[in-house]
Amino acid sequence: MSEDPQSRHVEALALDPRVDSPAREGLTGTTRAGIYEGALEAEDTTVAPDGRPPEQQPRWRQDFPIDWPADQYVARRDFGRFLVLTSGAFVAGQAWIAARHLVRANRPPPPRVRIAALDEIPAGSASVFTYPGPADRCLLIRPDERTLVAFSQMCTHLSCAVVPRIEEGVLHCPCHEGYFDLYTGRNIAGPPPRPLPRILLDVVGGEVFATGVEERSV
Amino acid sequence: MPIRRPQARAQRLTVLYGILCFVLILVIGQLWLLTATMNAFLGGDQRVALPALLASLVCFALNLGLLRHLR
Repeated sequence: MSEDPQSRHVEALALDPRVDSPAREGLTGTTRAGIYEGALEAEDTTVAPDGRPPEQQPRWRQDFPIDWPADQYVARRDFGRFLVLTSGAFVAGQAWIAARHLVRANRPPPPRVRIAALDEIPAGSASVFTYPGPADRCLLIRPDERTLVAFSQMCTHLSCAVVPRIEEGVLHCPCHEGYFDLYTGRNIAGPPPRPLPRILLDVVGGEVFATGVEERSV
Repeated sequence: MPIRRPQARAQRLTVLYGILCFVLILVIGQLWLLTATMNAFLGGDQRVALPALLASLVCFALNLGLLRHLR
């Protein structure tokens, strides 16, 4: 016999051989094997998600009855696999953003385009133009004689068209009550998460040119 | 001489729940990373796209490694 003082507890610490035996797989070793099985017939224990009795269920559900407890059972391992699958989906999303980044990096710079004559925009007015593509609607705003600004008209929340309120000094998105500062395009109220993209302007000889788009995250 | 015994079921459950919690934390971190990257990308700040992809890949690799222990 060993002199190890722990050895006298070996027998007491040893696993109960009944635990993890095939007949008791999944149990603690102290309960009968069928403890988690329903005591009633399946028709009695299975309740549809809406809680109504089987005779009140739609015909398709009566024709194809489902053991709902078994159908809705999620094992821990299944939950773990689902989490890892979700993790892979997030990686795919990041890869999509990275791919768009590479595409955008190789895009040529936006063109210089004449958008209006300065005389066509009186102080306190605004006009709509498209830049850089024909589907990218923008606002050219002249709140006073000495100020001329231009922003994308697409709200940074869900791309609704924003409306200038020059007297109030704001751009208003009527879809979800978002507000942007008229002079800077910064988001000042409501759900928009970012400022409006600013269109860079160049005024030469009374003509207004768009020369680029400045996107901002803050 | 050390005594080699299989882990008791309660011990295995603790490890299992620990792994699940760790995987869950990593997935939540990836979700935050994705939303932050998307916001930065749409705002014109594209410097974060590739580092964020790398970080998300590391999280996914960790999750895959932890998933092996769940089997």
